[in-house]
Amino acid sequence: MPNTTYIALIPLLPLAGFLLLGIFGRTYFKNTSGMIGTSLLLASTLLSLYTAYGYFFDYGKVNGVYQKLVPLQITWLEFSKGVSIDMGIILDPISVMMLVVVTFISLMVHIYSLAYLKGEERFPTYYAFLGLFTFSMLGLVISSNIFQIYIFWELVGVSSFLLIGYYYDRPSAVAACKKAFIVTRFADAGFLIGILILSYYSGTLDFNTLIQKLTNPESLELKAAVTASFLGISALTWGLVLVFIGGAGKSAMFPLHIWLPDAMEGPTPVSALIHAATMVVAGVFLVARLFPIFALSAPAALELVGYVGAISALIAAVIACTQTDIKRVLAYSTMSQIGYMMFALGVSKYGGEDGLGYTASMFHLFTHAMFKALLFLGAGAVIHYIHSNEMKDMGGLRKYLPITHITFLIACLAIAGVPPFAGFFSKEEILLAAYHHNTGIYYLALITSGLTAFYMFRLYFSIFWNKPAQVHGEHHGEGGFAMMMPLVLLALGAAAAGFIPFGHFVSSDGNRLNSAFHLNFSIAPVALGLAGIFFAMWLYKKQNDRPDKIAASLNGLYKAAYRKFYIDELYLFVTKKILFNLVGRPAAWFDKNVVDGLVNATGNTTEYISETIKGLQSGKVQQYAMYFLVGVIGLAVLFIYIWKF
Amino acid sequence: MMEPGLYHILFISATLFFIGVFGFFTRRNLITMLMSVELILNSVNLNFIAFNKYVWPNRLDGVFFTIFVIAIAAAEAATAIAIIINLYRSHHSIDVENAEEMKY
Repeated sequence: MPNTTYIALIPLLPLAGFLLLGIFGRTYFKNTSGMIGTSLLLASTLLSLYTAYGYFFDYGKVNGVYQKLVPLQITWLEFSKGVSIDMGIILDPISVMMLVVVTFISLMVHIYSLAYLKGEERFPTYYAFLGLFTFSMLGLVISSNIFQIYIFWELVGVSSFLLIGYYYDRPSAVAACKKAFIVTRFADAGFLIGILILSYYSGTLDFNTLIQKLTNPESLELKAAVTASFLGISALTWGLVLVFIGGAGKSAMFPLHIWLPDAMEGPTPVSALIHAATMVVAGVFLVARLFPIFALSAPAALELVGYVGAISALIAAVIACTQTDIKRVLAYSTMSQIGYMMFALGVSKYGGEDGLGYTASMFHLFTHAMFKALLFLGAGAVIHYIHSNEMKDMGGLRKYLPITHITFLIACLAIAGVPPFAGFFSKEEILLAAYHHNTGIYYLALITSGLTAFYMFRLYFSIFWNKPAQVHGEHHGEGGFAMMMPLVLLALGAAAAGFIPFGHFVSSDGNRLNSAFHLNFSIAPVALGLAGIFFAMWLYKKQNDRPDKIAASLNGLYKAAYRKFYIDELYLFVTKKILFNLVGRPAAWFDKNVVDGLVNATGNTTEYISETIKGLQSGKVQQYAMYFLVGVIGLAVLFIYIWKF
Repeated sequence: MMEPGLYHILFISATLFFIGVFGFFTRRNLITMLMSVELILNSVNLNFIAFNKYVWPNRLDGVFFTIFVIAIAAAEAATAIAIIINLYRSHHSIDVENAEEMKY
């Protein structure tokens, strides 16, 4: 293996950008900060492409198996000999793939934002935050131990918080960023406890050792973790389920998904980067990182992952069909697609042909990053043009935004699973894996894929067809080169990424996986997808009253889906009515009367005493001298006659 | 002619001390009060010298203390006079009873 310590530069360059722009940006780089951030990230992207090339084609493979390499390991916090927290870099197929995805999408978003946020007051701050996010996300994917991943996990959380709240003068953005932070933080508490359980039983934080110890059926650690049980479930399963809760919070899985739609208050490129392509797949990545333990030692936990993923996918798809804010439709679509990735992991087994789900999940992560970032950036271009998020303000835009229109169409075809676009291949693999291992999930996924095609084309036709365009005011075109180039590049990715033989590179055990292509199998999902597309076309291509009629005939269901199945209301009920009344108010009473009472009593006593004796300070110098003299005489008497030394 | 002993000097010192204390309490003029303080300090100096000479003639601690006291008395006089001048500028008087507003 050649010297690969330069990999540390990939996350450190965006960090340098963050520090530079965060500290000096607003004074010195008012207009150039975008270029600085973008060029640093370009360097990062080139380095990670070089790393990927080296890893996949040169030194990563030993005897046909991709190895987990650790090119850098630093003892960071040493508590005592042998007990330390390390910082390191791990190179394996998924981390290298994520390096490429994160840097590439981030670079596209950096370039796009040059035009999208031009002239903003806090332009340098925006680029500083983007740099912080990219640093944290890259650090997360190359973390070599579970504690390091937790640190970066929180860092992506905070940068997501900062970027959602970028427009901090809008109350809705402030509420959204708080909501995102609190919900994910709540889930992260589960993650932390999970880490503590896993590391307590395995005695290590390092991923390689952890996986080794907890998958080897002979090891004492695994036996201890399986025998210890709480509420009838083994400690190992508890640990993994808690870690998965952390992942589910970050990945917006049901029922912790409520923050994701609100997070759309952030600038659209941020939604593309953080809430579509990179941060929200961190949960999938985490499960994939610990996949051998899930698959070999705790199949129950993996089954939970599968069901949570499938249910989230279906619920989100149903809700997406009714939303009218285009970014919210995309947010629910993201949640649904991440659900796909999750249940693909959930139905997978470790190793060989049965590990297809794992490969499919990572493949879908890869292609989804392309087409979902493209969808968001396209939506950004539309919003930039029309100054509204609402579908009803749009329509007939295909003549005004030709490039956006074509790229958006490609992305929609990709997500709907129409061959030969990227989404088709990854979705086929996922469905195939589900079909072989869990038919229940397979049928849920099949319904979801039909719904996906329907709501994406509902979006597409509502924006670009439907009623004639009502463009008012000044025409400022599509947004120029900086906005169109990322769209075109991502469209190329969304169209062609499916032809990558992914199983050759990424598989659950590192071996080459030849995914066979079954023509007969793909008939059902593609047919459903096309049916969804044509149904959407029938409803939305021309303006008519069919959608309203259908909504009226499905009154109850439509309303429930439109109101997101009342999950937000449920959360509010639990927190406001139950928690606030039963816990919050008694605590407030105790604080007001007992804690504050003690503090106030101290203050009042002091005040009373000072009020009484303040007359002693009369301003008469000679009176002070008299006190002094009396005091001295008193002390003299005391020392001479009473204590008698 | 009798050689003056320790008690004579202590008597003078005590006299000076009480004159100083009396002056400090009865006078209202700040300059006079300052002078009284000097009297007190000098009575202490006399004590130091007397004890040094009659009780521990081989040591010099008392003399050193005296020198310290003189030096500090000089600094004290300078500070006090500066305060008095400032007081005069603002109150047009150096009567201590006219400067009673520095209180609670």
